[in-house]
Amino acid sequence: MSVLSRLRSAFFRLRRGKAEAPRVPDGEVFLVFADTGEVIRAERILKAGGMDVKVMAPPPALRTGCDMVLVISLVHALRAVATLEERQLAPLRTAQAKDALLEPVSLFQTKDYGEWLMVRAANMKLTVEKSSGRIVNVSGGGCPDVPYLAAELVGKSILEADPAREGGQTLCGYALFLAARELRKLHASAKSGADA
Amino acid sequence: MRKETASSSRPWLFVGTIPDEDFPLVLSRFTASGRDLFLGSRLCPVNRGTPAMLAAASIAHAHAYPESRKAPLHVLAAGDVGGGRGSREVYRRLVALLPSLRPRGITFHYLLPDVDWHNRILIAIEELPEKPVLIADAGYMYAAKMSGYAESYDLFTPDIGELAFLADESAPHPFYTRNFLLADEEQAEELIIRAYAGNNAARHMLVKGRVDRYTHNGAISEKVDAPDVPMLEPVGGTGDTLTGIVSALAASGLALRAACTAAFMINRRMGFLARPTPASSIADILTFLPSACRSA
Repeated sequence: MSVLSRLRSAFFRLRRGKAEAPRVPDGEVFLVFADTGEVIRAERILKAGGMDVKVMAPPPALRTGCDMVLVISLVHALRAVATLEERQLAPLRTAQAKDALLEPVSLFQTKDYGEWLMVRAANMKLTVEKSSGRIVNVSGGGCPDVPYLAAELVGKSILEADPAREGGQTLCGYALFLAARELRKLHASAKSGADA
Repeated sequence: MRKETASSSRPWLFVGTIPDEDFPLVLSRFTASGRDLFLGSRLCPVNRGTPAMLAAASIAHAHAYPESRKAPLHVLAAGDVGGGRGSREVYRRLVALLPSLRPRGITFHYLLPDVDWHNRILIAIEELPEKPVLIADAGYMYAAKMSGYAESYDLFTPDIGELAFLADESAPHPFYTRNFLLADEEQAEELIIRAYAGNNAARHMLVKGRVDRYTHNGAISEKVDAPDVPMLEPVGGTGDTLTGIVSALAASGLALRAACTAAFMINRRMGFLARPTPASSIADILTFLPSACRSA
């Protein structure tokens, strides 16, 4: 079979696959949103409301390339949806999870450059000047919000800058948000150590 | 070095996004001068991302291998800050213009990964009478891998973390790569083998790292580790410039292998000449690219 015919058949299979309903439940529910930016906002709202919610990759049939879903226990799902509806952020759909979903990277790597400290979260790297906490560079990533976020973040204090608030809308933007959160912790603990 | 002699009038097309929501859809030639990048008559700041790639490509095209017959460089780009509207405009326009433009090569860059659009575009490319050289980096490389058609590409330019993503057959994005943080220089060769074994690699790959590795059909053909400039790792845009340089060299008629190894050397030399700190910007570093090209 030629590349072209393989492509055509896979393409139409993929499109058909997307219309299929997710399969049977098992105690967790995933919430699907229009885009990654909505997922990031919904996660913040639900966590602020004390709900235990996790970011995961969607099941294969629902993947488009740069996406994630929120996973929450079945017992909290109704409250989560109601909370989001109040904030005009209702999920496009909810479905009970059958297969294990892929988890995002949750560890961080740090690299000390003397006057500067770099943190890597997944494919994103964020670097600050240690003495001031000023963000000096953003590296890595491949989604289109990365160059925009880099321009917005460089020069700001890590204590004030938040990639989610600055407009992070993709998985790379979310990884940058995680790196910033980790750097804030490190910066705060270095400051409190120096003050003690 | 082997030079390709035919089809130099067919353009080399760069496809990406500009980090400005209001930037319109543009199909034009582009030039870089000093710190300015012009897409047609539109001025665009040289920041990291597609503008950095375009600036590097334009400078390398002008300064490296001046004696060669060069394909003109064109760009198709639109403003996109992550929502995907600009990426989709670019995808739609690309499918429509491919039959008339018939590019000699296409370099895909910062675009919102979208497997549906990726596959439509690959179908349109496969229908062309002469298949262009295909280079993918950044978001489009993620989509190419996720589509299952990585082998249709001539060149990927992953860093070590992205290599781990290519090696993980189930990961749809580097964000979900298993054991991502264990991916280190020492594992590079094993990851390269796994990426090729899973058919998730392009024919050629430039694997960026402390040691740069050029691979061809699963084998590491060349390693470059000097000049070593560790301060470049935190600087955003150094991978973008490498993609721009290798594309410009391929558009200048170099065979991909020669373009890859020369691009590694030029990009490293540029970084060395710039004497960067982790706070340097890619716009500062790019001012050393003409000298780096001349000494290549």
